[in-house]
Amino acid sequence: MPASGQKLNGSEIFFECLRRENVEYIFGYPGGALLKVYETLYDVKDIKHILVRHEQGATHMAEGYARATGRPGVVLVTSGPGATNTVTGITNAYMDSSPMVVFTGQVPSTLIGNDAFQEADIVGITRPITKHNFLVKDVRELASTIRKAFYLATNGRPGPVLVDMPKDVLNATCTFEWPETVEIRGFKPTVKCHQNQVEKAAQKIAKAKKPLFYIGGGVISANASEELRELATQQNIPVTMTLQGLGAFPGDHPLSMGMLGMHGTFWANQAVNSCDLLIAVGARFDDRVTGKTDTFATQAYIIHNDIDPTNVDKNIKVDLPVVGDAKHFLQTLLEAMPKQHEDRTPWLAEIRKWQEQCPLAYTNEEDSLKTEYVIDEVSRQTSGDAVVTTDVGQHQMWTSQYYRFRKPRSIITSGGLGTMGYGLPAAIGAAFGVTDRPVVLFCGDGGFMMNVQELVTAVHYKVPVKIFLINNSFLGMVRQWQELFHQEKYSFTDLGDSNPDFVKVAEAFGCKALRAENPAEAKKAITEALAWNEGPVFVEFKVVKKDMVFPMVPAGGSISDMLLERLNPKTMV
Amino acid sequence: MKHIISVLVENKFGTLNRVAAMFSARGFNLESISIGETEDPEFSRMTIVTRGDDQIVSQVLKQLNRLIDTIKVTDLTKQPHVERELLLMTLKLSKTTQHEIFELINVFKGKVVDIKQKSITIEVIGSPDKINTTIDIFRSYGIRELARSGAVAIHRGES
Repeated sequence: MPASGQKLNGSEIFFECLRRENVEYIFGYPGGALLKVYETLYDVKDIKHILVRHEQGATHMAEGYARATGRPGVVLVTSGPGATNTVTGITNAYMDSSPMVVFTGQVPSTLIGNDAFQEADIVGITRPITKHNFLVKDVRELASTIRKAFYLATNGRPGPVLVDMPKDVLNATCTFEWPETVEIRGFKPTVKCHQNQVEKAAQKIAKAKKPLFYIGGGVISANASEELRELATQQNIPVTMTLQGLGAFPGDHPLSMGMLGMHGTFWANQAVNSCDLLIAVGARFDDRVTGKTDTFATQAYIIHNDIDPTNVDKNIKVDLPVVGDAKHFLQTLLEAMPKQHEDRTPWLAEIRKWQEQCPLAYTNEEDSLKTEYVIDEVSRQTSGDAVVTTDVGQHQMWTSQYYRFRKPRSIITSGGLGTMGYGLPAAIGAAFGVTDRPVVLFCGDGGFMMNVQELVTAVHYKVPVKIFLINNSFLGMVRQWQELFHQEKYSFTDLGDSNPDFVKVAEAFGCKALRAENPAEAKKAITEALAWNEGPVFVEFKVVKKDMVFPMVPAGGSISDMLLERLNPKTMV
Repeated sequence: MKHIISVLVENKFGTLNRVAAMFSARGFNLESISIGETEDPEFSRMTIVTRGDDQIVSQVLKQLNRLIDTIKVTDLTKQPHVERELLLMTLKLSKTTQHEIFELINVFKGKVVDIKQKSITIEVIGSPDKINTTIDIFRSYGIRELARSGAVAIHRGES
């Protein structure tokens, strides 16, 4: 590693900086503005470059890697279309607070603003979807900018940061100096919680008869699962989680209520409705969680811990805000808890009644296949230990209901943006980061086609990802809303006539491919897929067409409006 | 309620855009925004006038703070502060009205910055309320064109 003080060109400085940030993988695609970088990369052996097939794929892979490992994902793309193709992936990472640094090539600085070939104002385009972004105008600022980019992406509330690098800056030389410290005047996140607020919270918790933890992805990004488990079990407090929070608390623990919100469990939502204290940690009261805000947790005193002060009082007015890191909050809370607390046995018994009244259940038939069964079976065969990625839609919600997540960093899914096409590249990225646990993808037939090109990447790098395609020949979630709320007008959601033969598609990419059409075949295919580690394996599950996800709180509705089953049962196709 | 917010920001390209884009992306009201370099060329000061209830203004302040290029965000509304706006306005001029116009310019402590046969351009400095009144009063004489700077504001100094 060349020491600071050597003369290097911009491209060499770029790689020197990535080394110092301990970057393992770059997900990238070359192009005109990046020729110098790829020239230097030719001889770089310690940082692995993964060649994707579309820049959007690179961003989702980087995010999958980031969520699976906790380390920032790195993307490298060229100017113009290369850069604009990253927009969805960057927005996705922004909405889900994933640490990511995106490097874009740019036309030479002398040409910026001239509508040059492959020029796009990517800094302007990505301003509202990045935590921050930079245009490097001078090679002497390159190292300090990269240092700042990684610092911003990973500190405070994580998020994507973009660095735009004009071609002439990458060619120019200067003395390389690595800044050992970072000083950004306008960025001082509150990590440590205010002690008085924590003590007030501790008193409230001890005195609560019906407390409930509402846990979001912030607990996972803060690596605070251990503290949560200790506090919840010590205080005997039930835990419900958001989609991104699943795995923060073991799903097979008796205190786990599963997910809350639109497709959350009946008992979790009833508990939110009835609790006298709601302790929100690293969650942001998203509309898919709260439904109608006026009727959300009306009985409860609400404590809200979040590292981002803008999340406090944004959607729901809270009683006790505690700004700071979730790990610090839970640690100091553990220390501040009084010895005695209220008896929660009656509260837990009340919840258990709701659970018995309306459990998660599906019926299995011998000759037809249900998504719930596939997910349930994968959960069984992997003992809830897999890293599970999903695409967006019905299969995603069923995954939240039927996969029993036991560990943090186990679910990788597009929550905020709801990006179809996210799953396959995210799974590949996760599999680069995690090699000691199986990486499983549940994906619908609609979303699979949106980034199907990345199957090449998986095959080429022999990524042992298990691609479980849930094929109901429909855009299932949209179809569900059409049936429930739009007079059964299945407008452009039936893909049955136009879908390709997916097994043949997978095989054409060079991927091992299987198919299952009933529970017995599915069980066998899952076993076979989980045992196959020489590269990706693809299984098409042909599931019933008209299944719906329940329970469901209609958008903007209250918990009391929850639909527990189809109102007019129809025969399954 | 109207709020006047002073924001110290990095004097870099794109900062104004970041602030303005945040207002439009989050649907906040942006009545006026003005920006200029401070005594230290590394910083600029923005004065923002916005409207909203307490919950919204609290979000505005937090969202401003969240931007990386903002150094300090101060809601001046409930603190002692001085607030000024500059108005440049061209009026129609005729023999019958010129006398009254000159008298009114004196009343508003304005200045004549340009005068032609049939028009007069004046400047008036004052609080945005005074500027509103000025415009109202002069409207009947025929306003050809006007430009407002938007408010700039600063803390009152320590005694």
